[in-house]
Amino acid sequence: MSSNSQKKGFGATIWDYLTTVDHKKIAILYLISGGFFFLVGGVEAMMIRIQLMKAGNDFLSAGTYNEVLTMHGTTMIFLAAMPILLAFMNAVSPLQIGARDVAFPFLNSLGFWLFFFGGIFLNLSWFLGGAPDAGWTNYASLALASEGHGIDFYSLGLTISGFGTLIAGINFLVTIINMRAPGMTYMRMPLFTWTTFVASALILLAFPPLTVGIFFMVFDRLFGANFFDVTMGGNTIIWEHFFWIFGHPEVYILILPAFGIFSEIFAIFSRKRLFGYTALVFATILIGFYGFMVWAHHMFTVGLGPTANAVFALATMIIAVPTGIKIFNWLLTIWGGNISFTVPMIYAVAFIPSFVAGGVTGVMQAIAPLDYQLHDSYFIVAHFHYVIVGGVVLAILAGTHLYWPKMFGTMLSEKLGKWTFWFFFIGFHLTFFIQHFLGLMGMPRRVYTFGADQGWDLFNAISSAGALLMAIGILILLVNVVMTVMKGERVGNDPWGDGRTLEWAIPSPPPFYNFAQTPLVRGLDPYWIEKMEGNKEGMVYAEPLGDIHMPNGSFIPFVISLGMFIAAFGAMYHTDGHAWALPVLIGGLAITFGSMLVRSLKDDLGFHVTKEELIADNERIQREARALEGGKKGGLK
Amino acid sequence: MDLNKRYTPQTWPDHPETATLEGKNKFVGFWLLLAAETVTFASLFATYLALKDKGPSGMEFSASGLFELPLVFAMTMILLTSSLTSVYAMYHMKNHNFKAMQAWLGITVLLGLAFLGLEIYEFNHYVHLGFGFTNSAFSSAFYVLVGTHGAHVVFGLSWFIALMLRNAKRGLNMYNAPKFYLAALYWHFIDVVWVFIFTVVYLMGVIG
Ligand code: HEM
Ligand SMILES: [Cu+2]
Repeated sequence: MSSNSQKKGFGATIWDYLTTVDHKKIAILYLISGGFFFLVGGVEAMMIRIQLMKAGNDFLSAGTYNEVLTMHGTTMIFLAAMPILLAFMNAVSPLQIGARDVAFPFLNSLGFWLFFFGGIFLNLSWFLGGAPDAGWTNYASLALASEGHGIDFYSLGLTISGFGTLIAGINFLVTIINMRAPGMTYMRMPLFTWTTFVASALILLAFPPLTVGIFFMVFDRLFGANFFDVTMGGNTIIWEHFFWIFGHPEVYILILPAFGIFSEIFAIFSRKRLFGYTALVFATILIGFYGFMVWAHHMFTVGLGPTANAVFALATMIIAVPTGIKIFNWLLTIWGGNISFTVPMIYAVAFIPSFVAGGVTGVMQAIAPLDYQLHDSYFIVAHFHYVIVGGVVLAILAGTHLYWPKMFGTMLSEKLGKWTFWFFFIGFHLTFFIQHFLGLMGMPRRVYTFGADQGWDLFNAISSAGALLMAIGILILLVNVVMTVMKGERVGNDPWGDGRTLEWAIPSPPPFYNFAQTPLVRGLDPYWIEKMEGNKEGMVYAEPLGDIHMPNGSFIPFVISLGMFIAAFGAMYHTDGHAWALPVLIGGLAITFGSMLVRSLKDDLGFHVTKEELIADNERIQREARALEGGKKGGLK
Repeated sequence: MDLNKRYTPQTWPDHPETATLEGKNKFVGFWLLLAAETVTFASLFATYLALKDKGPSGMEFSASGLFELPLVFAMTMILLTSSLTSVYAMYHMKNHNFKAMQAWLGITVLLGLAFLGLEIYEFNHYVHLGFGFTNSAFSSAFYVLVGTHGAHVVFGLSWFIALMLRNAKRGLNMYNAPKFYLAALYWHFIDVVWVFIFTVVYLMGVIG
């Protein structure tokens, strides 16, 4: 911290974050809570692997195993991977397009708090009578038969957090459509912004079917409806369709931003313009488009008939084409580049073979007759962990290192970072590679134990050992984070030295208004262009220095989300005949709608940062930059 | 943005809803929200079609036996008319004629309330026949589809009323013009969905 920026008290900082509408702070909120849920999901994963480390183990009971397994998947997808990616989208993409904030700062905060309360609600199930136990896919025939409130925690928690995600999606779409700086045409947008854009479009169209399916589930379980109840004319396959119409796009919602992060990394650390930028953009769009036409490859064994299976098998195989295009473009970006193997780059290079392995098994599963063998076996578990861990999680780890300086103004240790990488990478392949063979040997997924006579002991033991290595890697990362925060060594605008896009042209972390003057973009990789032309400031400007309009902070998003959180308890316990449940339901909704009304009726016009304040702030920034330079040369702190 | 800036019909922009960056953002964002709403209703329609006339064995209800056209036809006409009156309201909004806009919005709200009253009457009628929410898969799908639309009507009406009351004293400005515009857009969307409900649920239902 610089001497002149005011130190805030602890309480004031908390209040600041509870009411912030600044995309950079919301990014930090997403990162911290997503990171927290990632650890929770990781502990659950370790419990699974401990239970399966030997035949006939009794570490977890069958029922508990189902809960742990369900919560592991649900937490990792909805509460860890997506929010952490949203953290990077928030932190980086407005900067990359030269915007001062997102289009709807208030909604941005609302989106976060809805996700947060939804996640807390879901996890409270552990303490309130038991977690959901029907798998992260929550198939209706299992879910309707599940006793207690676990499934209701799942449905209501995901509804709340799903609204949050939908809001975030709309927000990024509008931001990217409307808020690009002059000269930032679509075909000059950095790849990470492009993938944010397409992933947001997928969120927009994929989350409503999930919400509808979940509403049916809530109505069936809590209000006596019969959507999935076969004896009353219902149909349990309807759930599967809605889940996968959402579910397959969801995997692309996860992987596209991951592709974006890696695209940035390849260009930065090969010190080359991305090879085939245009092809990468169109491949991204195509993947997003096809992503909606393949959902039934998760339902080959349901009995949709040979025609449907054939159509969906072909559509699925076609997706491999744009994905392959991307892989080749990345390879050709590295090719002939001036490569530096920083931690992000190591992750990026390791990602390619790992993800390709997952893609290959994906295409194998797309062969419908073969999938009759593979379905619901450990082969599937291996496939999706190769794409999700080998793709998304590696991107999250790489992105954490890459963007940490931009988000926090300090640099994670490269040395510890490499240790994390090696533990995690080796552990990952050790855990999941062998699961392909377990699957082929007939081990079904989602079983809580197996017999000593089945011949699966050794491979399961190896798999569990790999999981331990991954856990060690993550622990080292935590140590790294703590040490970096304690040291607090500040870095400048472009800590990697080879930044290409606009976010690296401004201080780390940027001032709350991002750009004192809106930049003028003169081509792809605008910051690189200015650097190459010897422009010391790193930017040319599209406007003279003048007053800046900024939004006010607000506590209302927190209250709206809290209201839904409260209402969900009312809806859930109302079926148990508690007298207090209905008032709680109504009270919660009243809080939510009441605060929405307040928001709509109270004018909130934001405020202006004056030109004088900007000049003063710029002097502070210059002073700090000089101090940093001096510190580097003279070794003073 | 200056709320106290006074406009005349001459200084008022042609497209006040998109004249500011905030307005433009709301405009694009709202269309995207409508895309999500469209997917939502598409899912509900698909489910309804899958579960139409499905129930426990021996169920006495079927779409052709249950639905009667005169009432829903009246509802349809009322809602379509309300869409027209909201167009008039927006016409006056664009001409900076606040009083006329409020008047037409008032009529829109009254028509919306009439629609809602008839819908409640209709649901009540079915429930008395024994066709309640929990009766069958068919009934659940019917009530959730038509009821979700009804909930949208309630929300749209509340939105109109809140805007009208809030701005009654201060008239139109660049800050609230996009809000009026989007509320009217929402109302059109609700109307279009109803046209589909009328066709798919009632017309196709009566035909059998
Ligand atoms: C891009 C990242 C990808 C992710 C994140 C991903 C994720 C998943 C997940 C989570 C499942 C398991 C669903 C379940 O049964 O619970 C799955 C299954 C499947 N994936 Fe992928 N996948 C990806 C790429 C691919 C690709 C490239 C293909 C094919 C070209 C593919 C084809 C399949 C098929 C056919 C199944 C169904 C297997 C079955 O349940 O029988 N996936 N994928
Ligand atoms: Cu899929």
